[in-house]
Amino acid sequence: MAKKLSRKRRRDLWLIGGILLIGGIALLLTLLLRTPGDQVVVEVNGKVWGTYDLYKDAEIRIETENGGYNILAIADGFAAVTHASCPDKLCVHQHKISRSDESIICLPNKVIVSIVTGEGE
Amino acid sequence: MKQRTRTLALLGMCTAAAMILSYVESFIPSLSPGLKIGLPNIVIVFVLYRAGWVSAGAVSLIRVVLTALSFGSMLSLAYGLAGAVLSLLVMTLLRRTQTFSAVGVSVAGGVAHNTAQICVAAVVMGTRQILYYLPILMIGGTVAGILVGIAGGILLARLPQTRFAE
Repeated sequence: MAKKLSRKRRRDLWLIGGILLIGGIALLLTLLLRTPGDQVVVEVNGKVWGTYDLYKDAEIRIETENGGYNILAIADGFAAVTHASCPDKLCVHQHKISRSDESIICLPNKVIVSIVTGEGE
Repeated sequence: MKQRTRTLALLGMCTAAAMILSYVESFIPSLSPGLKIGLPNIVIVFVLYRAGWVSAGAVSLIRVVLTALSFGSMLSLAYGLAGAVLSLLVMTLLRRTQTFSAVGVSVAGGVAHNTAQICVAAVVMGTRQILYYLPILMIGGTVAGILVGIAGGILLARLPQTRFAE
């Protein structure tokens, strides 16, 4: 019984190691493949709401259909959501973003702020 | 008949415990959106091993629906259901294979839960951007699954054996 348990434990470790390895490689790839972006794209409900220059400081109020809002601040080549009407404020607590394909997502308001490089679009 | 009644009462208690755990968990600050330990899953793992997947599925579904109705929204119901169904499916199948202990089973369940939720989020938001969070959520789900599996294992070892009817 003890031996059988320890074999299961060993297989557990292989499973955990395997998932961590795949996750780690995927994480590394997404980090390495990111290049500095130059545009901030705001999408609301899956539709493009506005596009802004990442290197021109601005403060933008994003209004959503359900009457909510998010305030997007662009400063020093970084974009961040500074205020939001949603209850959980997860988007406000997310890190500011600057590299291509990074995004800040507000699930309750269905708002996505993401960085793109101009030549791809 | 008496045994059935007792099992029903015990499963009701487990559902209540799982609901309380999801409430308690809402007070634990999260490192990143979507990263949670999944405390209610301790109860689900316990019921899965003690009373089988039908009971675990019932407890899990009722827990998700009641939690969404009391503290959440329709959207959180969709996320919760997707995560609960896929993680229970994966955990049931892995348990059947007898390959892993409760820790391995709950790790796979945690990763399946996060994967399902992020897929629902990608559909709801109509974007693939959100899939970039998947690696982080995979690693987070693994760590959470280890903690849940250890806690579930302790419960299974400590609580009396013959309390549920299959």
